[in-house]
Amino acid sequence: MVQQVKRYTRSRYGNFLLTVLLLVAGAFTTLPMLYSIMTSFKPIDELMIFPPRFFVQRPVITNYTELPILLSNLWVPFSRYAFNSLSISILTTILHVLVASMAAFVFAKTPLKGRKLIFTIIQFSLLYNAFTLVIPQYILFAKLGVINTYMAYILPFIPSALGVFLMKQYMDDNIPDSLIEASRIDGAGFFTTFWRIILPIVKPAWLTLSLFMFRDLWSLPQTGMIFNEELKTLPNVMSQIVYGGIARAGNVMAATVLMMIPPILVYLLAQANIIQTMSSAGIKE
Amino acid sequence: MTNAATPSVTAAGTSPVPAGSGERRKRHGQRHEQLTLLLMVAPFLVPFALVTILPMLSSVVLSLFSYDMLSMPSFQGLDNYLRMFLFDNVFLIAMKNTLVLAAITGPVGFFLAYILAWLINEYSPLKRSLLSFLFYSPALAGNVYFIWQILFSGDSYGFINGFLLQIGLIAEPIQWFRDQRYSLLIVMVVQLWLSMGITFLANIAGLQSINPVYYEAGAIDGIRNRWQELWYITLPSMKGILLFGAVMQIQATFSISYVATVLTGFPSVNYTTHTIVTHLIDVGTVRYEMGYASAISVMLFVVMAFIRVLVGKLINMTGR
Repeated sequence: MVQQVKRYTRSRYGNFLLTVLLLVAGAFTTLPMLYSIMTSFKPIDELMIFPPRFFVQRPVITNYTELPILLSNLWVPFSRYAFNSLSISILTTILHVLVASMAAFVFAKTPLKGRKLIFTIIQFSLLYNAFTLVIPQYILFAKLGVINTYMAYILPFIPSALGVFLMKQYMDDNIPDSLIEASRIDGAGFFTTFWRIILPIVKPAWLTLSLFMFRDLWSLPQTGMIFNEELKTLPNVMSQIVYGGIARAGNVMAATVLMMIPPILVYLLAQANIIQTMSSAGIKE
Repeated sequence: MTNAATPSVTAAGTSPVPAGSGERRKRHGQRHEQLTLLLMVAPFLVPFALVTILPMLSSVVLSLFSYDMLSMPSFQGLDNYLRMFLFDNVFLIAMKNTLVLAAITGPVGFFLAYILAWLINEYSPLKRSLLSFLFYSPALAGNVYFIWQILFSGDSYGFINGFLLQIGLIAEPIQWFRDQRYSLLIVMVVQLWLSMGITFLANIAGLQSINPVYYEAGAIDGIRNRWQELWYITLPSMKGILLFGAVMQIQATFSISYVATVLTGFPSVNYTTHTIVTHLIDVGTVRYEMGYASAISVMLFVVMAFIRVLVGKLINMTGR
């Protein structure tokens, strides 16, 4: 870590101004988060109080304990939604990381013809995400018979341009060409080199890709490509509870707080690696 | 795979095989190598072509047709494009909303993500990770934007209404999500709140990787305050990260739809928060007018690409 020293380009007036800005922005981002946690512990009479209070007075856990009862009324059992969310998120994340790392390795470190052109296209396609492409994808997926299957969730995410982009930039900055040459002289093919040597040393990058992918899939909103209730995921259950209005606000927030735990855990585990990876994320033109 | 290394030995002339054959084997080895590499990118490239390239190309073609997915497409020329601007008032509203959202939340979110990262960068590593976690948490937590529905709830139990009623600023609760004066504004606020995402993380990382030697050299060269330092040293040293952040920001703001729909309903009152992507979904998956939906997609691609190029030029101007 580079030691931050007090530099003489800093004025006290500027320090004050920027601290105020930091506090305002901090309040803007964290207060709603805090309010959602507060709300999840409020008993119903505190939810229906006027004027509403920010802090919870007599915290209860009924909002959490009521969830199973509330969820038992669902048409499709809750466990099915949870299974869908978990399996889709984990499976797709693993597939994406493998596929993206292998492709990134080829783009970064091998003599494949046309790799520069392909990578330029990938880099440009960062502009477009699954939401902006939804209609053309819908038509194509209908033709492929993918609509209303798990593939409709998985397929758009496996070839995420962001993953390949981040991984390739990271490899550019962190893997010396001599390493590849040494492995090749030892008689290893490109695939063996990738699998035995490269994959273990790009761990920070694949942790980063995993976080972004897992987060996106875990909170993936309802898509127009799934109609079958049995194939839907946890965010759908959330929106069903939300329609209960303020009286259900405590339950909604309890569910929200529970839902945010997995991505937060993944982030906390991978934090240092993510920062290390993101420092290579620049687009070179 | 291992025979890729052998041709060079053969070609050195030690073997009795005629020279021409060595060349051929070398070429064969290279072809084999290219094939291996192609096989390695295929698991990415094939689905990538399927979900990104093909849809984009096919939407360009389909935008010239009328197509409902049941009957054969019929050629319409540029009619779909004319319809957008001449006969579809909702499209014009959606375009306006999207541009307003992008023009405000895009740059504001981008600068906020930069300034916060820049401020945090001055703190000790521990404080820095704690603060970055706090700022990143809304984007991390996924569906937590439901909280805004409770904060801005239309009855007097909503936190904002309760607060405003209490201090006497309003006489009766405001239907925030149904009121045309406020709903787009609230969507912007929520979008900004969610925008401390990947751009923010990239900025933190980019700032940390700048070599402090540059700052020392800058101080000797006569840089007097932090603003000059920011403009002449920090920003130009991380142009790539800035462009990456800008691309992510453009991508996020132009695809706003779901959050707006969850908060303000579909369709929103008088289409106040109807965006291009909302309109796409409406025309495509509700009305099955695929040709027209494709034309709207193409329009969206063009607008986004144009803004991407413009922003790239702007970022190149830092430090001058």
